[in-house]
Amino acid sequence: MDPWQGFNGGNWQNVVDVRDFIQKNYKPYTGSSGFLTGPSSKTLALWEKVLGLLKSERARGGILDADVSVVSSILSHSPGYIDKDLEIIAGLQTDQPLKRALMPYGGIRMVRNAHEAYGFKTDPGVTAIFTEFRKTHNQGVFDAYTREMRRARKAGIITGLPDTYGRGRIIGDYRRVALYGADFLIKARQTDKFNVEYDVMDEDLIRIREEISEQLNALEALKGMAKSYGFDVSRPARSAVEAVQWTYFAYLGAIKEQNGAAMSLGRVSAFLDIYIERDLANGIITEEEAQELIDQLVLKLRLVRFLRTPEYNELFSGDPAWVTESIGGMSIDGRTLVTKNSYRFLHTLDNLGPAPEPNMTVLWSQQLPEHFKKYCAGLSIRTSSIQYENDDIMRPLWGDDYAIACCVSAMRLGKQMQYFGARANLAKALLYAINGGWDEILNLQVGPKFAPITSEYLDYDEVMERFDNILDWLARLYINTLNIIHYMHDKYYYERLQFALHDTEIHRTMACGIAGLSVVADSLSAIKYARVKPVRNQEGYAVDYEVSGDFPQMGNNDPKVDQIAVDLVVMFERKLRKQRTYRGSEPTLSILTITSNVVYGKKTGNTPDGRKTGEPFAPGANPMHGRDRKGALASLSSVAKLPYDYSRDGISYTFSIIPRALGKQLPEQISNLAGLLGGYFAKNGHHMNANVFDKEILMDAIEHPEKYPQLTIRVSGYAVNFIRLSREQQQDVINRTLHGVIT
Amino acid sequence: MNTAGFIHSVETFGTVDGPGTRYVVFLQGCPLRCKFCHNRDTWNRAQGKKVTVRELLLEFNEYQEFYRRTGGGMTASGGEPLMQAGFVSELFHGVKNSGLNTALDTSGYASEREIDSLLEVTDLVLLGLKAVDSQEHKELTGVSNEKIMAFIRHLREVQKPVWLRYVLLPGINDDFNHADRLADFVRSFTNIERLELLGYHKLGAAKWELCGDEDPLKHISPPDQNQVELFRRRLNDLGIKKIY
Repeated sequence: MDPWQGFNGGNWQNVVDVRDFIQKNYKPYTGSSGFLTGPSSKTLALWEKVLGLLKSERARGGILDADVSVVSSILSHSPGYIDKDLEIIAGLQTDQPLKRALMPYGGIRMVRNAHEAYGFKTDPGVTAIFTEFRKTHNQGVFDAYTREMRRARKAGIITGLPDTYGRGRIIGDYRRVALYGADFLIKARQTDKFNVEYDVMDEDLIRIREEISEQLNALEALKGMAKSYGFDVSRPARSAVEAVQWTYFAYLGAIKEQNGAAMSLGRVSAFLDIYIERDLANGIITEEEAQELIDQLVLKLRLVRFLRTPEYNELFSGDPAWVTESIGGMSIDGRTLVTKNSYRFLHTLDNLGPAPEPNMTVLWSQQLPEHFKKYCAGLSIRTSSIQYENDDIMRPLWGDDYAIACCVSAMRLGKQMQYFGARANLAKALLYAINGGWDEILNLQVGPKFAPITSEYLDYDEVMERFDNILDWLARLYINTLNIIHYMHDKYYYERLQFALHDTEIHRTMACGIAGLSVVADSLSAIKYARVKPVRNQEGYAVDYEVSGDFPQMGNNDPKVDQIAVDLVVMFERKLRKQRTYRGSEPTLSILTITSNVVYGKKTGNTPDGRKTGEPFAPGANPMHGRDRKGALASLSSVAKLPYDYSRDGISYTFSIIPRALGKQLPEQISNLAGLLGGYFAKNGHHMNANVFDKEILMDAIEHPEKYPQLTIRVSGYAVNFIRLSREQQQDVINRTLHGVIT
Repeated sequence: MNTAGFIHSVETFGTVDGPGTRYVVFLQGCPLRCKFCHNRDTWNRAQGKKVTVRELLLEFNEYQEFYRRTGGGMTASGGEPLMQAGFVSELFHGVKNSGLNTALDTSGYASEREIDSLLEVTDLVLLGLKAVDSQEHKELTGVSNEKIMAFIRHLREVQKPVWLRYVLLPGINDDFNHADRLADFVRSFTNIERLELLGYHKLGAAKWELCGDEDPLKHISPPDQNQVELFRRRLNDLGIKKIY
């Protein structure tokens, strides 16, 4: 049969153009959730087995099994199943469910440490190969790092860098395999390769030619992998079940080779809906079977695992993979991109229960169908498993076929990628400004040495002048460090399959980030509006601060301090834009910490806002805990002022509220939460995690984790299983501003 | 617009004091001395923060987007907003001009003449009835309830919608005898749109201590859900349906 039979034709038939296919064929859905069906008996039986596996995984300290000898690649493992008869969608990362793959190209040391920490032993042969014969990304980076970079990394002024594992945050356009089949893609890429033959073979050209060859190999390998499961992905998918299977295989190929921090899925729901609609219309499947397909896909996505060290988990807690799926949003022509499949995806949270993965991301527009808005709000209240991002501010920049990588990073699918750059600690930078580059925790000169501020009280203008200098230094060092990292990653750990599923010519961003924004804004506000007296040690360095008088604090919608935060973001992004970046990538900025706000806090001394050494920062762009005194709207209005134009890699805000504080009864709660989201995004807020839970439940979950295997909460850009957080982070979640009411 | 009032604080995301999401202004100063007061720190007007109508409306306007989406608006609470009726009246005028909803959260202890002009710009009265029986009212709040009853009758005359609120205090006013009298009372007022049963809670206890007083209901615990449910059912049996 013609796999495209019944589809509206267009440019997509001649060249790879998935967006065109979607636009010409998808069916917007503005109705209610009434059509949704429950899980099939097969799905339930399979999920039951998975729950058992997850329980064993927890019981074994977080890792069920790990491969210690087979280096993972698209073709490395024979097919794996949970229960072949129950699986509608096939494919596992290794030959066993939840068995973690061995991916040494990012760094062999990380693999060995992780194995050791969980009681495994890396095959000595593998260790030998990747120490003696084959260089890793990690080795390459450390070969090139300067002394200054190593010091900055150790002090934690820049940290979380992807220099020991995969960088991630690259989304292959996995839909391409379903729509075109691998052979079409191979042919197109071969043509591109002929076209990159110029007079002068310089480094850029040589690299791109080598990369294309790698991409072609990856597509061939993908065909082989699918074949081992009994499928032929060389041709396009012919049905909904094949479209889901092909798309999943493409994603699976990527996660067999890359252990990137975030391995996001993209935006597949409206695409797959087209196939489902065609099959429904032809009587090939029923609605129950359509739901079964999505339930089973999501079930597989919940099993994605990477081998991590305990130190990594301290930064990004709860074993996340950021299998982010972007749902909803609007088309440029004004039609909504909400389809029935948007509902089916979200409905898995009811059919299979709440879960952190896949990272369900609703692209919110004021124009979304009202039914859909209410449905999402209700689901958030029940599951706390959804994050929301503002389609109305992203669509003008990224079009209507972008997706979110990781938490808040938007990128055009198949046309844009980013070099993930973790984040710089701005609070520490402020302390460097006061102490002349001296690190308050290491007792070491880390930044450029200049005279510390010696006045009895801190003077705002003097501090700002020094801070400006420090940020110049930091921006330069930060970008240079990232240049090394990504040069080496391209060289030693290239994402061959994911880039095969991009255009040959792509736009690249250098995605920097900052942590501690509210700490710095409040500190500068204290210096400006109150009196801050440094307490100095014997060497003359400020180690503590006495604050007298009141000062405006972020989270109260007070322009006096909110403007300081805005100015900081603009200032730092401008400094980043001045730098020369690897492969001409465009520097961008995110205000996002994930759970690393706890670790950053640990590594940062007393700050002039009254925060004590070791105390966590607020997550993402949130105001500091307990400093917002006018309720939720004042708090989020402060955050909404941060300019997306200067922080295009995203601005994360985590909103947590107890159910009672949303209203007395469910219909009111739903309407109030939808109103809150709509209002926040109307104010140009970028991202919001919505958590609705009772403090008592979280406290109980700390004591009795076994009672809450699926309790999910959202933390700065992703969702986690609450019981998989470290105790410190659990406490941080509970202490964090939990909006309540006293009436 | 330059009229000044004394407030304790504001809450930008109020969800339980009237319809939708609301800007709740807690006014400072109260003539009652309720034993179960959960805002003990709002009694003394002199301790309030002085703000003008203009200042508050400016801040309120920041959040209009949110309130409009949910059919919400502003609630004046306290403390006792009727003690600053002129101020609240001006404030509500501003809110009405934006087309949003206004609610007055009050004990009904009013004596001033300005009440009528305030009611003109008030969409809803949240009336916290402390006790139907006058003697019991005096016992619980320090004042008798004649003025309050007059106020409620007045609301009936002008057919102002009322949400009646009743705080259940275990062992004090949560028996069937009280339920029966409450039901009689509610039935006689056609303008009461809903009855909100609020379980006494201890979240305000710390505020008594902060004010240097002993919590007079230290020995009372919040009611258990069963007791609240029994009370609710009794009211239901007596024909009171809209109970929240």
